[in-house]
Amino acid sequence: MSTDTKKLSIICFSGDFDKAVAAFTLAAGGAAVNWEVNLFFTFWGLNIIKKRPGRAPTGKGFLDRVFNVLMGGPRNLPLSRLNFGGLSPRLMTGMMKGRNVATLAELMDSARALGVKLIACEMAMHILGIDKSDLIDEVKEVVGVPTFLEYAREGQVIFIS
Amino acid sequence: MTTTLDITKDRCPMTFVKVKLGLSKLNTGDILDVTLDGLEPLANIPKAAREQGHNVLSVRNEGGHYRVVIEKT
Repeated sequence: MSTDTKKLSIICFSGDFDKAVAAFTLAAGGAAVNWEVNLFFTFWGLNIIKKRPGRAPTGKGFLDRVFNVLMGGPRNLPLSRLNFGGLSPRLMTGMMKGRNVATLAELMDSARALGVKLIACEMAMHILGIDKSDLIDEVKEVVGVPTFLEYAREGQVIFIS
Repeated sequence: MTTTLDITKDRCPMTFVKVKLGLSKLNTGDILDVTLDGLEPLANIPKAAREQGHNVLSVRNEGGHYRVVIEKT
């Protein structure tokens, strides 16, 4: 392993608002201080990178559509504690703005501008009937385990559950 | 050309993000004159700039704030 490899790969399994903020904070901060950063989205984490921000009936099958409406998109990400029916993420975003802390949208814009690589899990998308076109354009690739491991190789890996 | 950047009101990670993006917009030889607060950016902004090959021309304490002057290479 080369000693100057600075690479961070984050597996975004969770679709919780606070955990998405944590993932994108690490990603943007890491990229800003010259780390190569990969974000791999799987299962609930796919909700963070859906193109349609609200509760859209994504997918072809009946169950796909039901699941995707219930899970929602980036605007519906719940707080992992004290969610209060979806009120808390809005309150939290207001508090973040008030204290000059970057919001999730700003962190995602920063990650994009800094060249963080966004990749999505082929298998989880298949289960949920999510197509690449249902995800934001910044998602460059839909991959499986071997490709993710190849990207993550010789770097540090974090799993956010 | 000198561009000023005040990140005293920003928090991690935007402090670092703004400097990196600020440098990326400049041409070689341009100067980024950064005003910042706090030990975390003070320690890591010059370090990250040097790692990228830029020249850190000065780091000064200016009564409560710090000024870090970076030349893009």
